[in-house]
Amino acid sequence: MKGILAKYIRPYFGQMGYGFVIKFTGTIMDLCIPYILAHIIDEVIPQQDRALVLWWGAGMILCSVLAVTFNVIANRKASLVASRVTRTLRHDLFEKIMYLSNRNMDAFTKPSLISRMTSDTYDIQQTVARIQRLGVRAPILLIGGIFVTFTLDWAMALVLVALLPLLAALSVFVSKKGIPIYAKLQEKTDQMVRAVREDIAGIRVIKALSKTEYEREKFRQVNAAVIEREKKAGMVMAVMNPSLNIFLNLGLVCVILVGAFRVNAGVSEVGKILAFTTYFTLILNAMMSISKMFSMISKSIASGGRIWRVLDAGEDMEVLPEEGISQAQEGQDKAEASARIVFDHVTFSYYKGQMPSVKDLSFTVQKGETLGIIGEIGSGKSTVLNLLMRMYDTDQGRILVDGRDVRTYSPKELKEKFGVVFQNDMIFEDTIAENVALGRSLTQEQIQEALRYAQASEFVSQRSQEEDNALNIRGANLSGGQKQRVLIARALAMRPEILILDDSSSALDYKTDALLRKGIREHYKDTTLVIVAQRISSIRHAEHILVLEDGNVIGYGNHEELMKSCETYREISHSQMGETEAAS
Amino acid sequence: MSAQQEKKRYSRRTLIRLGQYLFREKWLLSLAIFCTFGSNLFALIGPRLTGFAIGAIEPGPGAVDFSRVFYYAGWMAVFYLVSAIMSYGLQVLMITISRRVVYRMRQDLFEKLLCLPVGYFDIHQTGDIISRISYDIDTVNASLSNDLVQLLTTVITVVGSLSMMIAISPRLVLVFAFTVPLSVCLTKFLTGKTRPLFRARSVKLGELNGFVEEMITGQKTLKAYGREEYAIGRCDIKNDEAAQAFYRAEYYGSIVGPCVNFVNNLSLSLTGVFGALLYLAGSMSIGDISSFVLYSRKFSGPINEAANIVSELQSALAAAERVFTLMDEQEEPKDRENAINLANVEGKVEVSHVKFGYLPDKTIIHDLSFTALPGRMIAIVGHTGAGKTTLINLLMRFYDVQAGQIRVDEKDCMDLTRESLRRAYAMVLQDTWLFHGTVYENLSYGKEGATKEEVEKAARAAHIHSFIMRLPDGYDTLLTDEGTNISKGQKQLLTIARAMLLDARMLILDEATSNVDTRTEIRIQSAMRNLMKDKTCFVIAHRLSTIRHADLILVVDDGEVVEQGTHRELMQKNGAYRKLYEAQFE
Repeated sequence: MKGILAKYIRPYFGQMGYGFVIKFTGTIMDLCIPYILAHIIDEVIPQQDRALVLWWGAGMILCSVLAVTFNVIANRKASLVASRVTRTLRHDLFEKIMYLSNRNMDAFTKPSLISRMTSDTYDIQQTVARIQRLGVRAPILLIGGIFVTFTLDWAMALVLVALLPLLAALSVFVSKKGIPIYAKLQEKTDQMVRAVREDIAGIRVIKALSKTEYEREKFRQVNAAVIEREKKAGMVMAVMNPSLNIFLNLGLVCVILVGAFRVNAGVSEVGKILAFTTYFTLILNAMMSISKMFSMISKSIASGGRIWRVLDAGEDMEVLPEEGISQAQEGQDKAEASARIVFDHVTFSYYKGQMPSVKDLSFTVQKGETLGIIGEIGSGKSTVLNLLMRMYDTDQGRILVDGRDVRTYSPKELKEKFGVVFQNDMIFEDTIAENVALGRSLTQEQIQEALRYAQASEFVSQRSQEEDNALNIRGANLSGGQKQRVLIARALAMRPEILILDDSSSALDYKTDALLRKGIREHYKDTTLVIVAQRISSIRHAEHILVLEDGNVIGYGNHEELMKSCETYREISHSQMGETEAAS
Repeated sequence: MSAQQEKKRYSRRTLIRLGQYLFREKWLLSLAIFCTFGSNLFALIGPRLTGFAIGAIEPGPGAVDFSRVFYYAGWMAVFYLVSAIMSYGLQVLMITISRRVVYRMRQDLFEKLLCLPVGYFDIHQTGDIISRISYDIDTVNASLSNDLVQLLTTVITVVGSLSMMIAISPRLVLVFAFTVPLSVCLTKFLTGKTRPLFRARSVKLGELNGFVEEMITGQKTLKAYGREEYAIGRCDIKNDEAAQAFYRAEYYGSIVGPCVNFVNNLSLSLTGVFGALLYLAGSMSIGDISSFVLYSRKFSGPINEAANIVSELQSALAAAERVFTLMDEQEEPKDRENAINLANVEGKVEVSHVKFGYLPDKTIIHDLSFTALPGRMIAIVGHTGAGKTTLINLLMRFYDVQAGQIRVDEKDCMDLTRESLRRAYAMVLQDTWLFHGTVYENLSYGKEGATKEEVEKAARAAHIHSFIMRLPDGYDTLLTDEGTNISKGQKQLLTIARAMLLDARMLILDEATSNVDTRTEIRIQSAMRNLMKDKTCFVIAHRLSTIRHADLILVVDDGEVVEQGTHRELMQKNGAYRKLYEAQFE
């Protein structure tokens, strides 16, 4: 929270100060009115002067006008500052989230990031706005009230002042207790967000298995847990007001007792006690407002902490200086420098101390060549791709793209080299063209070309007349194969140097798949292709085929070589083609 | 009727529905009202006792009646204590009430989600729905727990003070005859102005949330393409809109307070001046003026407070509207009145002359007919987008056919309860779905109370057991966040294991093994066959090796069956199927 205060709120201190001054003036005007009224009644009326009454009346109205003007201006300023602070905060948070590494993303989890981005920033917005609006009057009344009581009778005022540390301790105690509860509450809210997201994503399965009742029950628990926390937080905060009331009112009783002794001793007057009680009410009300702010602040401190943890998350993928690395490379093979992709004894595991997902992996792919990766589920195929694109850093060994270690590329530079389709890739709720372009500056022709070679033109042109190309959320109005083709078009559109297809033609029929590969090979000659596939037919023409098993390379070569040398590859091939060739 | 009137009626209905939620807590609510009265009354007794105590001090130096002072001071302490306890009680009550209301609203909203047709979520952003269930309901709740008490207090004090003022000087009250309607009109005018702004604020925030949810979901893709800045740029637009909407609503909302305060100040000024003039005219005493002023201040205090919370009430109302709009969405049509439960399923499925399109004017399936006999395997092949997944949607009654009939065991699906029909199917879909829970929970999802042994057996059969055992906690490993580090193939095997635990008579496999390598597929084949044994199976697959043994292969093109028969028959026919089949060797 300190970080947020320093970075996001401090720049507005000037404006806030300006707002405070205006609000202060407005409040003073507001407070003047009753005094003028008292003045009219006590001083002016006895003079029996109508004109004077009217003058003072005009003065009151002037004060009212000034009060409303200043207050409106100050409130406007407050709203403006609040919305600006939040806008910057949200912008930075979103930016940070977009650049978060996969590891950090996994650690924070998406539902939590979503709720930090939405409800937590909103809490801060509310608090910043409210504090500015309500945070002036109460302190003025409090300080002014205490000041006036001192001028009345110092001994009685001391009783009041003696209470202040007690009140402060109370406020600190309550908010100390409150902040962790609010933090817990936000965690529970994350779970609620997750429950909703999850069930929306799985609605078909839930309905198919008739698990609605079960899901209801599950949500009931999450819901109850959130409510429980909210209640707990509310209860803690609810202690504040009555306790303040008691402390102050018991203080009042003390004041009366002290007053009684002092009056008895002849050092004070009854009138002063009377006046004292009036100011007391004022001070009490001010304290109540302040306590209300305390509970607001406690909540936003919890929210601020959550936001700050994201903003403050360390960059775990540094860009290394090129020099140090390239020197180490000096002795290496020259061929390596000209190759498009080099894996040099790469070992990696997702969790420290776990069995590596990829072990001592080495291979080289040249420009315009194709690398096919095949292997069983969990053999490390996708991991190879993750490492190549530097979604994660290797534990051992290094990866070169165009002769340079991937760690020396700036993220932007590196990513420009790739076009990629993941398994389960994301279609956004937008037009097909925009899904292909993804905000890159592409001409209509480039998009059309990409769609054509992704074998998508046909269905896109059929659609365009009727549905104006707009896609539903997650591409729900496309079939699985259509989605994959749009995604492939996205990957092709910038004519990437390296095209990565992670099992992304699985929903295409063989014919389309074959056309697709042919098109890519013919029209994207310089593009290096990395294909992860289950179908032998998708990779059999590749110059290099990597056969993985449990993170180990068990075969490397082209189709013919592997048919001879690799038992596993042969088995896979026979299971898919061998028999059928015989059958047909 | 104008749109504005429409909206007006709408907000009245929102209030009524909100009231209904509150009314369910009528006993607690009455208790709360009682407490409000009580603590306000006690608060009034306090000053009176102070007066008595001061009265005892009055005699002056040396003559203070200490025993009376102590007596009253003692009572004061007691009353303040009681009043504090009551106000704490009141807060606890209000927290309890508002929590219950919020709990029920959230639950209702969530249950509503489960009743919506599956297509609803294809066109409504998840983030926006989340925004309604969290932010909007929170807003409603905040104002329920704080503002309601405030409003109640206001009413009590205003009524009390007004009657006291009328008792003192009916003529001076005339001032209020001018200012009270003025402040009412002003508030009305301003709220009329601000209501759409608060609506806009909720809507914009929902849009921002929807956008953020989608972008965070697709973060990996955006990052892979280096499109972070593009996403940030688009986020900025939504962010600006939301910030702007917040600013406008907040700003105009925050005007209400000072404005009403101004009217109050005005009336105070006028009271002072007219009071003074009345006194000068000899028709009012100074004492009367001062107590009148005192009461009029008591009168305006709570009105000011009320005006200050008007903006909160407004945003609560706007938020409630969004909640209720979602609650009013069209649900999946109810089962027919005399719908029967499908029991003792044999598994015969007849599809006859079915016509269907997601949009009424865009037919996807034109005239589809076939019969699936119990225990047979029916494979559906065809180009992507030929309507295969749509057929599954119809079989499961995620959508209802527009014409024609689907019959299960000689009964029209439309006459069956959806739940029993869906229970009759087990299905493994293209889009695998795992939720946040342990592996065990995910696998036993379709069969509550499945034993560890059963689950393990299914996992072994699906060849995912050894993978599970390699996870940090085996079957108790928590799968997090959409199973980030689990490949799609692994997810498919997990969902297959899940389906193996079901004992449904019919099975749907929609590209169930598309991301599973063929060797694993062969290894799980015997288990799959076991799974499919005696079951009517509908299989969609591109990999034709998967479906060669089907009893009936339907070749679908453009929503119609163009060929049907066994693999052998169709190969001999030398038609569309053969073409599809041979494409894999090109």
